[in-house]
Amino acid sequence: MNQTFGTDQILFIVGALRWTILLTVFSLLLGGAAGFVVALMRVSPIRAARWAAIGYIGVIQGVPALMLLFLSFYGLPLLGFDLPPLVAASVSLALYVSGYLADIWRGAIQSVAWQQWEASGSLAMTRFQQLRYVILPQAMRIATPPTVGFAVQAVKNTSIVSIVNVVEVARAGQLVNNATYEPFRVYGLVALLYFAICWPMTRLAARLERKLDVRRQR
Amino acid sequence: MPFTFTFGPVWAHFDTILGGVGETLYLSAIGILLGLALGVALAMSRGLVPGFVQGAIDAYIEIIRNTPFLIQLFLIFFGLPLIGLRLDAQQAAVLTIMVNLGAYASEIIRAGIDNIHPSQLEAGASLAMSKLQVFRYVVLMPALAKVWPSLTSQFVLTMLGTSICSFISVQELSGSASVVESDTFRSFETYIVVTVIYLLLSLLLRLVLFGCGEVLFPRGSGLRRLMEGQR
Amino acid sequence: MSVVSVEGVVKRYGQLEVLKGVSLEVQAGQVVAIIGRSGSGKSTLLRCMNGLEAIQEGRITIAGHKIDGTNDDLRALRQDVGIVFQSYNLFPHLRVGENIMLAPRVVKKVPAAEAERVAKAVLAEVGLPDKWASYPDNLSGGQQQRVAIARSLAMQPKIMLFDEVTSALDPELTLEVLATMERLAEAGMTMLLVTHEMAFARKIADLVIFMHQGKVWEAGPPADLFGAPQTAELRQFIGSEAQNGHPV
Repeated sequence: MNQTFGTDQILFIVGALRWTILLTVFSLLLGGAAGFVVALMRVSPIRAARWAAIGYIGVIQGVPALMLLFLSFYGLPLLGFDLPPLVAASVSLALYVSGYLADIWRGAIQSVAWQQWEASGSLAMTRFQQLRYVILPQAMRIATPPTVGFAVQAVKNTSIVSIVNVVEVARAGQLVNNATYEPFRVYGLVALLYFAICWPMTRLAARLERKLDVRRQR
Repeated sequence: MPFTFTFGPVWAHFDTILGGVGETLYLSAIGILLGLALGVALAMSRGLVPGFVQGAIDAYIEIIRNTPFLIQLFLIFFGLPLIGLRLDAQQAAVLTIMVNLGAYASEIIRAGIDNIHPSQLEAGASLAMSKLQVFRYVVLMPALAKVWPSLTSQFVLTMLGTSICSFISVQELSGSASVVESDTFRSFETYIVVTVIYLLLSLLLRLVLFGCGEVLFPRGSGLRRLMEGQR
Repeated sequence: MSVVSVEGVVKRYGQLEVLKGVSLEVQAGQVVAIIGRSGSGKSTLLRCMNGLEAIQEGRITIAGHKIDGTNDDLRALRQDVGIVFQSYNLFPHLRVGENIMLAPRVVKKVPAAEAERVAKAVLAEVGLPDKWASYPDNLSGGQQQRVAIARSLAMQPKIMLFDEVTSALDPELTLEVLATMERLAEAGMTMLLVTHEMAFARKIADLVIFMHQGKVWEAGPPADLFGAPQTAELRQFIGSEAQNGHPV
């Protein structure tokens, strides 16, 4: 006998949204920090650092997020970490984010006009000072629209952790669907919830992109 | 307890894994072709279809872009039977890939089309080309050539995304990996092998797409090639 | 005692030799104009003088620092040798005042109050005291270039290099920049300028160097070079510059 799709079911799914948001924020913060380091390595004058970064980004971008999830899920215990699935899931999401953000930010750094490197260098600034005061501030502006755009991906990506039974909104939907057999209503609601989070971010990214284009043409 | 890598059992099941590779390639190839076709059609439609149809297309694109592939897959596989359309897992997977990629591809191609300078259109018209010829040689082919790198990245993402189809028990590479790991209990080794295979597949796909690009879009605009053909 | 000494400098880009053995000397307080066609190596020579380009042979001794391709301490050199570029290259994300104060504070560790005092002083010297809080893209090209000059001056260099600093400017804006440079020269700054402004070079330079095909082709006081050019190449150059709107 199936359950009916009623208020309880709806609240259960909506409640799972907090895990989706938590996972997204965590993956963006940790992945962002790691991605920042990798981006700097990618543009470093030290060849070994550059190649390590190229390899890292290449691997992350060349494998499905699902594989990163399983590798973390089965791999972390082998390193001695006996952690709940939520942690393995978060680590894998952060890995995924770090590879893509590193590439985006590398592109932004390389977009800053080479004349800015020359001008700041000719004022006797060290590479660190050049990055900190002149290059990175400008790169950050360029990086903002694609970073916001990627954040949308990060939100959608959290859906894969449903396979290790982390009850974020996609998993909540599966559980309710298994009980009620109302796929249109259940997954319709789930889709709506994702849409409600992602669409404003997509629009924000588009607006930031337009603003940036206007500024650059001046 | 110290962990030792034991790949033996994984190699013993390699035929299962190869079967998965085959299925991944099948899903990717069909999905990419259909998705690209849909993307071109949708990109072309602007200006040619009535306003409310364009509105529906725009809405569909926004929905696809702002919801996860997994949910789209579930809606198609679990939802369509309720309105009488019963698809098996593989068919549902291909349909979802097409619908998903079509939306992203249309956006990428639109950007390429928008970037064609109006003077190109004038040039084509002044050469007495029909509207369709202008579109094909002066607009579409140069636009595709320009955005081919972006499309390549999107296609690779699509191929990697076929891993999600394992959620509805399609026996592609990820699905076969979970079969193997549950048989052998060597989970970590299995997923290392499969991850490396995915890496090789994405490199291979990039190479193939690059080659396609060189063949389909040789240097020089479509307009010039057409003119040379007419001489 | 020369403050700049260029001895037998050779510079190559791969197989292409751009500077084929250049030598010259500059005394303290001198204004030197380097002229020549594009491709003659004049900008390259200037850029070698503060290490923006590497040299393969020869030696440059400038403001007491040496460049010879071995262990050159460019950072120390660049604190004493300022350069202004054709495309100003101001930092767009910083206000004018911040642009000027950045290097003194960060490189020379000048305390904030002192850095601000010096920055305001140089900004006044280039005639733009009211632009302190403006952003670079709110300024005209000529104003941006003057801010670029101020930014270099704030480091209190001993020598200033100018690389075609008015070539990207409209004629009206060129005048204000040239006026600034003239005041600087009168104040005794040692200056080397790569320029197409022949009349300006004739007016303020103590020494003019005509470069051709990577070598110093002729060198001497402006009256000599412009009044009585010795070589056909220089005569031709002066003639063509006059036709391009830069009469001597």
